[in-house]
Amino acid sequence: MIRVALPAHLRNLAKVDGEVSLEVSGEITQRSVLDALEACYPVLRGTIRDQATQQRRPFVRFFACAQDLSHERPDAPLPDAVVNATEPLLIVGAMAGG
Amino acid sequence: MSKVRVLVGTRKGAFILTSDGKRERWDVRGPEFAGWEVYHLKGSPVDPNRLYASQSSGWFGQLMQRSDDGGRTWHPVGNKFAYDGIPGTHQWYDGTPHPWEFKRVWHLEPSLTDPDFVYAGAEDAALFRSMDGGQTWQELSGLRGHGSGPAWQPGAGGMCLHTILLDPSDPQRMFIAISAAGAFRTDDGGKTWKPINRGLKSNGIPNPEAEVGHCVHRIAMHPSRPAVLFMQKHWDVMRSDDAGESWREVSGNLPTDFGFPIDVHAHEPDTIYVVPIKSDSEHYPLDGKLRVYRSRTGGGEWEALTNGLPQSNCYVNVLRDAMAIDSLDSCGVYFGTTGGQVYASADAGDTWAPIVRDLPAVLSVEVQTLP
Repeated sequence: MIRVALPAHLRNLAKVDGEVSLEVSGEITQRSVLDALEACYPVLRGTIRDQATQQRRPFVRFFACAQDLSHERPDAPLPDAVVNATEPLLIVGAMAGG
Repeated sequence: MSKVRVLVGTRKGAFILTSDGKRERWDVRGPEFAGWEVYHLKGSPVDPNRLYASQSSGWFGQLMQRSDDGGRTWHPVGNKFAYDGIPGTHQWYDGTPHPWEFKRVWHLEPSLTDPDFVYAGAEDAALFRSMDGGQTWQELSGLRGHGSGPAWQPGAGGMCLHTILLDPSDPQRMFIAISAAGAFRTDDGGKTWKPINRGLKSNGIPNPEAEVGHCVHRIAMHPSRPAVLFMQKHWDVMRSDDAGESWREVSGNLPTDFGFPIDVHAHEPDTIYVVPIKSDSEHYPLDGKLRVYRSRTGGGEWEALTNGLPQSNCYVNVLRDAMAIDSLDSCGVYFGTTGGQVYASADAGDTWAPIVRDLPAVLSVEVQTLP
């Protein structure tokens, strides 16, 4: 299982409290985790990445293990600590605006 | 006894205000979609319990919400707004070509006959429709594909399709308006469109009388007389008596003819309302006095409506979709401000009172008259 922490607005949309745990098949990457997340919670489609381009929305960030993974390739493997669920993948609304 | 339901979209959520026909005591509910921008929400004319809401945020994009019980509960429907084909480019603020990119839905217009059929006006300017209650959306790309599309340019608020008027006498005809392209009309259900901007003069564009490029802020019609259109342009209040083929200015004695909303009395097709704003760079009422202006002559002659509205130190704005009219016998008029007030008049504008004073900045106001 992969642990994913969502920002509050997306937890509300998905109607979940706290982290979500996802069964992800194949290599554990941003793309495979997001695919699994959107399959479990279709309401999140379009909120993290654009539905047409599949690009990360500009004010969404991906953090894990105290690293900013936002600019990694979508198919790059996620850190081992995410893969073995020691750490969650953090999906974060970037600090912007007021 | 009849009652009214006022649907308010704000920068930080939606609110639903209800009252009986007297419109004196109000129940205020919300925020729905707390923390999200709600550009617009509107009910179906044929099923008032069917509401649609446009929910968006700069972080998480666009969602579309639907209620089937008058706003008590909501559920998300489809939010995939894909431009038809290769989107191409429009002009950016600096005049360079810029790819069409979906940003948000500004306005929702449910069909006059089918609660599952709804139009959505988008930024970057495009018209979408859903025929399945909002689950899926298709672009009516004949509009954006109009030959002038590459020359369209955003106004300061973005290149938004903000007005959709359905002709109740002709299901094939509708009118839309885009900032800053102008007004357009279709006579074939949205397949093809023509610009309807003859008579508009806009000094902010290279050719003030160009076919497209005008910053139309809002258009309005009375359903009994759909060939008569009223327009609040960036500057100038305009009127057309031939379904937009030509326009003439009816600003008359307005103290300033800049503004955003315009609306028509429910029972008097020649009674119209605007909220004059000082200027394009000072988006607040002239002299700090919040005044709605009413014309009972279809424009040209205007009277200030001030009773109950702040007449000093008022520096709010009233945005283009933030005025609405109910259809009770004594016609109600409503508007919301960027300061978070929603004002109501139960006597066609003669007297006003705030329903609420401290909401987030109001983006849109709609009203449903319920049995």
